[in-house]
Amino acid sequence: MRRITIALILLGIGFAALLAAFVHAGLAQAGRRQVMAENRALVAALGLTDPALFTEARYTRHLTQADLFTPFQDSPASFEHFPSGALVLPPPQIRSSHARLIGGHPPAGTGNPVSPRSE
Amino acid sequence: MRQWLARQLHLADFTLGALMRRKGRNLMLLAVYTLVIFILASVLFFGSALRREATAALTGAPEVMVQNLVMGRHALSPHEWVEKLKGIRGTRHVQGRLWGYFYDQATGANYTVMVPPKQARDLQVAEGETIIGRSIAEMRDVTRTGYLFLLSPAGRLFKLKVKKVLPAESELLAADLVLLSEADFRRFFSLPADAGYTDVVLSVRNPNEIDTVVNKITRALPQARVITRADILRTYENVFSWREGIVLAMLAAALVAFAIFAFDKASGLSAEERREIGILKAIGWETSDIIAMKLWEGGLVSLFAFVFGVAAAYAHVFLFDAGLLAPVLKGWSVLYPQFSLTPTVDRLQLITLAFVTIAPFMAATLVPVWKAAITDPDVVMR
Repeated sequence: MRRITIALILLGIGFAALLAAFVHAGLAQAGRRQVMAENRALVAALGLTDPALFTEARYTRHLTQADLFTPFQDSPASFEHFPSGALVLPPPQIRSSHARLIGGHPPAGTGNPVSPRSE
Repeated sequence: MRQWLARQLHLADFTLGALMRRKGRNLMLLAVYTLVIFILASVLFFGSALRREATAALTGAPEVMVQNLVMGRHALSPHEWVEKLKGIRGTRHVQGRLWGYFYDQATGANYTVMVPPKQARDLQVAEGETIIGRSIAEMRDVTRTGYLFLLSPAGRLFKLKVKKVLPAESELLAADLVLLSEADFRRFFSLPADAGYTDVVLSVRNPNEIDTVVNKITRALPQARVITRADILRTYENVFSWREGIVLAMLAAALVAFAIFAFDKASGLSAEERREIGILKAIGWETSDIIAMKLWEGGLVSLFAFVFGVAAAYAHVFLFDAGLLAPVLKGWSVLYPQFSLTPTVDRLQLITLAFVTIAPFMAATLVPVWKAAITDPDVVMR
């Protein structure tokens, strides 16, 4: 067998795997619809605001409920020290409302223009 | 057409032969290239699936939340705020919420302790009872005893009968939840009855008027911080996007490594490769043939790396629950939810990934070859 034939067969297998991923994603989405509806109902019933992805610090556990100062509140001039703080940035609405403090401009379309923190 | 195809296949076959002559080096290149694409695709898949999952679930989040701020810190909202907010035209379902954090010394984990709101009829708990997230149930082994023992911040031991454990599918949202009755909650945190609420939530009768209502709230309660559902959704639309920390860090490291790699290739061909090009030209190959041959080389290596890198990333994130990313995400969290994400493949992201990885590699392969191929064979071989 020619080398190119072997290579094309291998590539074909790779493309088949990629195609299988697309098909799997489509089928799995249909199967997960019920779970997602249940989760939405749980969120609505309990009034949850954030996923429990980072439970190590309160400002990463409830990312949307914290403000820009929360990571530095433990003592005056303290540093933020939780690893997950490096993985996610503060919510866009508080970044934009504090942009003037660091000499920047709020990105277009972000921020809650009516929030008192943005004034 | 057939002749052209046969010619291309012969060129590709010849290219593969040339690649196999430097087997070790080229296999290493393929492995590194595949790994770079695997890492980037894993982060992209994970990020977009998480975003989708979070935004889909959080469309049920409270419409407007009002927090009290004292000295820039979140403080309890007074009882009278509920009445004040009820008085604002356009608001409805105004209710104070009680929730807080509890560091469990027994396990070293942080819990979110909450009083279930009135509308959560299936999740109401009586005094002495609790409903908990699955991660806590597993960590504290409550299925054996049926009770959850918690030492309150004031040092009092609480024995709570576990009424229900929240389903495994809800772990991403409720892994660390402990639901208590209001009386237990206030006793647990030594919170007097007149101390107020953690925050106040409300909904707006006409969704088009949310901004107006928020304006009215900020005028009525100037010290309050108002968070809307749109803010929440916007936050999770952005989580793990291209500009976020983790993606930026991984992307930067991977791209720098890849750039060094491509630069190494682009900065010059090995003497052997130059000699090969010289010989091919001397025996009558056209410059276009040599470039076509190298195009096959770059194309085959890129396609192999991309196809297998992306397929492996898909399997990693959606079949093996992103096991390699979990340690990065866990950080110092003791309690980390075990969750499966709904598989999603974003075509636009895949095309972007293909462009940022394949295009530079192809350019790095072609430029030096083109330079060598337009030089006189005699000079190249010397």
